[in-house]
Amino acid sequence: MNLVTFSGPPSSGKTSVILKTIKALKDRGLKIGVVKFDALSTDDDILYEKAGVPVRKGLSGALCPDHYFVSNIEEVVEWGKGEGLDLLITESAGLCNRCSPYIKDIKAICVLDNLSGINTPKKIGPMLKMADIAIITKGDIVSQAEREVFASRVNMVNPGAVVMHVNGLNGQGAFELSTLLYEKEEKIESLKGKKLRFSMPAALCSYCLGETRIGESYQMGNVRKIDMKGKDQK
Amino acid sequence: MKNGKRLKTRKISELLELYPFLTNFFEDNLIDIEGKADLTINELLNTIDEDELEDKALDVEKLLSSISEYIDQMIEFLGEDDSNGVEKLTILPGRDKSGETEKFDPIEISKSEIISIVGPTGSGKSRLLADIEWTAQEDTPTLRKILINDKLPDKKWRFSSSNKLVAQLSQNMNFVMDLTVREFLELHAKSRMVEEEESVIEKIIYEANKLAGEKFDPDTPVTSLSGGQSRALMIADTAILSSSPIVLIDEIENAGIDRKKALRLLVGEEKIVLMATHDPLLALMGNKRIVINNGGIKKLIITSDQEKDILSGLEKMDSIVQKMRKKLRYGESLSLEDLMKENENA
Repeated sequence: MNLVTFSGPPSSGKTSVILKTIKALKDRGLKIGVVKFDALSTDDDILYEKAGVPVRKGLSGALCPDHYFVSNIEEVVEWGKGEGLDLLITESAGLCNRCSPYIKDIKAICVLDNLSGINTPKKIGPMLKMADIAIITKGDIVSQAEREVFASRVNMVNPGAVVMHVNGLNGQGAFELSTLLYEKEEKIESLKGKKLRFSMPAALCSYCLGETRIGESYQMGNVRKIDMKGKDQK
Repeated sequence: MKNGKRLKTRKISELLELYPFLTNFFEDNLIDIEGKADLTINELLNTIDEDELEDKALDVEKLLSSISEYIDQMIEFLGEDDSNGVEKLTILPGRDKSGETEKFDPIEISKSEIISIVGPTGSGKSRLLADIEWTAQEDTPTLRKILINDKLPDKKWRFSSSNKLVAQLSQNMNFVMDLTVREFLELHAKSRMVEEEESVIEKIIYEANKLAGEKFDPDTPVTSLSGGQSRALMIADTAILSSSPIVLIDEIENAGIDRKKALRLLVGEEKIVLMATHDPLLALMGNKRIVINNGGIKKLIITSDQEKDILSGLEKMDSIVQKMRKKLRYGESLSLEDLMKENENA
């Protein structure tokens, strides 16, 4: 079984891109399954089911979605093997720009959209910088110039990544992406012992444990203060 | 970078002098180089303490490899001149949706040529364009093969972000950035690292204004341009500033823009122009048209002399319509007499 991790900001078009790509992969006779990670709620599992794709979903609820992802990825791989999949895709929304869900030696794909603004690439951390492939969506509604500028900004923060344009609505580019996702010789048996590409965002303070009151005396643990001084006061 | 070892011991000031584009690179990668010009890359990265690395989510090893990769890419990109040009594009037959072999002689398209692509919705126009963009090598569902300058295409056309083969223009595209025309063009020019930025920008604005029905000011926000003005700016910008040697036009409406001049501008900048359109005014401007059905190329039609005559007849009719449009725009009334007179003049 092959394993590919998709990640990207909310509403960037991950599910649409994956669905269109799966269509191209199925034409090659491959069996694909998806595990969708989200925070509070998702109906994307219904979309996958409709497309005849075996799917499971995991909601992180009150936990950091990244931490939830890495604590469950082994079980996810077990499920995929049990289903007899050729390719297992995990999809997780990068809900904060510090998300870092990628695993060493496991193909990592970041989905971004042209509408998110040209400063977005530099604002996103490991989720983009550590990806193998960066997919840019929604190119059909912006100008050629904006597509070129956005792609050059993506390239600047991750020069090693393959940058591709995929249209999640009409599927343009999805076949091309599908050719990069599956390698016959690759066999993932278990993730035990593998490592994350980058450490995940950290927090361990009183608010993690359910504190709701505001005020210094309630703040314990890993707490950091904002610098309110202007440049001239430094 | 081919000399990765030396990179680490190079001073920042030296590197910036050699590769000015690194200033943006450091900024976008959240690395502060102010006052650190005398440090080597290694020393610079060592000045970032563990907390800062963690906070900015930086990885020193990854950064080093990114810097060297980026320098390599930019050197290659900046060194490219005409050798990067696409003189000729060749499409070799594959098969249609039923698996039938396509029966056409290799289609050769040279730069500055306009080719129309016709066929009903769902007939496979998009797939053909995708085959071209991906430089298909019998590895797409159509099994077609694309040659560039009579040779197997370089891999960069598939994977490099600065070397996309096809630029696209369509009626549905809009500007979404909150910038003025000038700022917008500056941004695009910077991302393409053009020299003589000012004159390139002036040229684009000049050409766009020639195409647009109504002129616009460089200080207008791009999002406030009319439909015709936006289209004109997109075309002029794509013709002059886009890196892609092929331009795909997916239907442009005949409102507020001189399409004939637009095509002339594109081919004048040595682009190959592909048009997916059924508008006779556009389709007949191509020297050839590719007919697609059931996922396959059915034939290649050379625009006949008779068709060219028809085109000039249609253009006359079109110019009458455009004149009427202009009159309405400026609050005039139309009369039958006008129509007769225009008809005679045409």
